[in-house]
Order: sequence, then C-alpha cells, then structure tokens
Amino acid sequence: MTAWEVAATVVDPELPMLTLADLGVLREVEEDGGAVVVAITPTYSGCPAMATMRDDLVRRLQEEGYDDVQVRVALDPPWTTDWITPEGRRALAEHGISPPAVSTGATDRRGPVPIRLSPTRRAVSCPRCTSGDVALVSEFGSTACKAMYRCRACLEPFDHVKEI
Amino acid sequence: MTIHTHQPGEHESAYDGLLVNDAHWAFGTDFEDPLAGVDTTVPDGIDAAELASYCLALGDDALVLSHRLSEWCSRAPDLEEDIALANIALDLLGQARLLLARAAAADPSVVPTLPEGSPVPPEDALAFFRDDRAFRNVPLVELPNGDFAETVCRVLVFATHRLALFERLAAHPDAVLSAVAAKGVKELTYHRDFAGRWFVVLAGGTEESRRRLEAGLARVWAHRHELGVDAEADGVLAHVLATAGVAEPDVRPVVTDGGHTEHLGRMLAEMQSVARAHPRGLW
Repeated sequence: MTAWEVAATVVDPELPMLTLADLGVLREVEEDGGAVVVAITPTYSGCPAMATMRDDLVRRLQEEGYDDVQVRVALDPPWTTDWITPEGRRALAEHGISPPAVSTGATDRRGPVPIRLSPTRRAVSCPRCTSGDVALVSEFGSTACKAMYRCRACLEPFDHVKEI
Repeated sequence: MTIHTHQPGEHESAYDGLLVNDAHWAFGTDFEDPLAGVDTTVPDGIDAAELASYCLALGDDALVLSHRLSEWCSRAPDLEEDIALANIALDLLGQARLLLARAAAADPSVVPTLPEGSPVPPEDALAFFRDDRAFRNVPLVELPNGDFAETVCRVLVFATHRLALFERLAAHPDAVLSAVAAKGVKELTYHRDFAGRWFVVLAGGTEESRRRLEAGLARVWAHRHELGVDAEADGVLAHVLATAGVAEPDVRPVVTDGGHTEHLGRMLAEMQSVARAHPRGLW
C-alpha cells in the first residue's frame, strides 16, 4: 500500500465511522524515499483530537513499514464541511448523524458575515426515520463540529454536523 | 515537533504509554505543538516584535475570556447553554493556543524563562507563567461573569468586534496570523449568532430578564471602547439592539489606562496555581 492508502484508513477518534480522509482532515501525504510527511488540518481551532490523530497516523504507517513519519499541521485553507466526502456523508447518516449540507460555498466567503438572529434554516432530515419535521435544539453539541436537533415525528434527538 | 513513537503491540494498556516517556508536561492541553510543521518565518516588512505583541494581545483576549466562559461549566441555566458556552470557550482556547504559539515563534523573547530542562512548551509558559501585568488582554474579558444575561452581552460585544477584525486579518501579510483569523471567522460567526439570539430572547422575555439584560449590557458597554472603533461592529450591534428594542446604554467609559482590573490577578491565581506549584510538571 502507498503511504496515502495507509493514512487514508485511519479513522477520526471522535467520529470513528469516518476516516480522516473522508472527513477532509487528511490534506497531504508526501513520500520521499522512506520518509513520509503527513499534513492534517484541525476541524476547529480548539480540536482536542489532533494529538490522537497524529499518534494514530504514526502507528498505522509504522505497522505498514514506514518508520520515518512526521505529521505536520496545515492551517490554510481552513477546514470546511464541504471536504467531507460522499462516502463520509453516507457513513455519518448510517450512524445516526445528520451530514452537513453539500457545497456551502463556505471556502469562498469573503467580507462581512451577516448576523443571523433567527434559527438557522437547514434542510435537515431525521437520520433515524427520515422525517423532515425536525427542530434545532442548539447550535452547539457534544463536539465542536455538531449541532443538536430533535425529530418531531419519532421524537428522537440527533446530532447534525454543522456547516462551516 | 516531537513524535512519540510507539511500537505496535508494545503496550498492553493505554495507560502504559504514559510511562514510556517521562518528559510529559502534565498540565498543558496535550503534547501537540499547534503549529507543528507550519512555516513561522516572519515575512519581510513585518516587525517580528510588533507581530508577537499583537498576537499576544489577541491570544490573551481569547485565553482570558475562554477561562471565564469555562467557569460556567455545570452552572449555566440549562444543559444546552452549558454545552454551548463550553464549546465557545474551547474555540477561544484553540485560537489562544495558535496565537500564543505564533507570538512565541515570532519573538522568543516574549516567553518567560523557566527552570532549565523544563518541558513546558512556549504557549503554556505564556499562559501559566506570566503575571497579570504581562497579560495584554482588554479588561472587558477579565471581569467576573455576572449572570447569564451579562455573559450573553459580553460574548455578543466581544464576538462582534473580533469577527469584524478577523475578517480583515484574514488578509494579513503574515500567513500564520491570516490562517488563524480565517479559521476563527467561522467559529466567531457561531458565537455571535448564539449571543445575538439570546440577546433578543432575553429582551423579549420577562420584565426580570429584560432588566438583567439591560444591566449587563450597561456594564459591558462601559468597556466597549477597549475593543477599538469599528464601523462594521457598530452596525451589527445597532441592528441587534434595534431588533431587541433595547436602547444603547448611556454609560461613561471605564478607563483603565492600559492596565488591568483587580479581577485578572485573582483569576490567574486560580488558573495558574497547579502549573506554578509544579513548574517542571513531570509525571
């Protein structure tokens, strides 16, 4: 396996149904002779999982014979949910987490961001019963990248990966 | 950066890994340099000391407000708001780490000297081993939280100004600062929306919620001048106040002459106590 193929099998510590590649956090894998340099980007500035991701990448690559591994941080361009792959979105939904909207254009945004004083409208459907009759509970959830919703049809709460 | 290399199958238990390398700094956020592998060369035409000083100020604002918001953990009006405030605190802590690390890389002389052999990384040395006089934050962020309404007002005013500033800093010639700012814009947008919505809700709630909101806003407004003059922030705040039907407070600005209030020293005494009691912080 190439170093990219190995690195692409490492899963996110907080969303283990997703690989780092599916999450869009794995930015680059350079192979130079025996040395490998992997670039990862944090989802949010305070992402507490960066050290775990780094350790998991180093361990997996070493298991496949890549002894000289460095992991670097890539801050630019900032992570966007647009980078979550179609496979990643399917995996999220299969595990009861509502995936973010596709192509928010968040990466192209420049200039003043308008304030939104009413709840964000999203075309979200319940990952459990597929009903579109859902209510936003909070824009903040169990991890930095998720908002909390409740389904009005089946009454179950669920997480939504919020668009950034 | 240091890569802690573990051989496959070397550890039977996750805790064994803690004992392998006894140079672990026990009190930091984790063992990761937030700028690992990032090119921190200061670009031509930028004064490194000025850049470091500016990043320290921005980082200290985030660090101090992050700590204040974290004081809400387990005390917010309900679980959702508890989690929201903790999330905002975490985002600001992340911004603080990046900015303090950027300051230290641009001008290592800003980092306090620690005992030889200390494993404390520069960002932690800056956070835990400076006294209140060395902090560059605005007094607004160091004031005690007050009630939930006052916290909402402070987050609204702070996030509104910081978002407007970060939108512009995303074009800063220093690639590290511009990347931190571009990332922060996305986070601050959620912080400002959260506070703006609660501001409108509390204004339209009960007489008591409105009374508390207006009292909190007056205390925050007296420190607003510390965040500088900003037309975009003025416009956003005027829009929120108008939507909520709240008049701009008629308050005299509190002038601290670039110094701090008595509250910062007390806050740092608690925040820094463990690190200072164990300056080599090893396990």
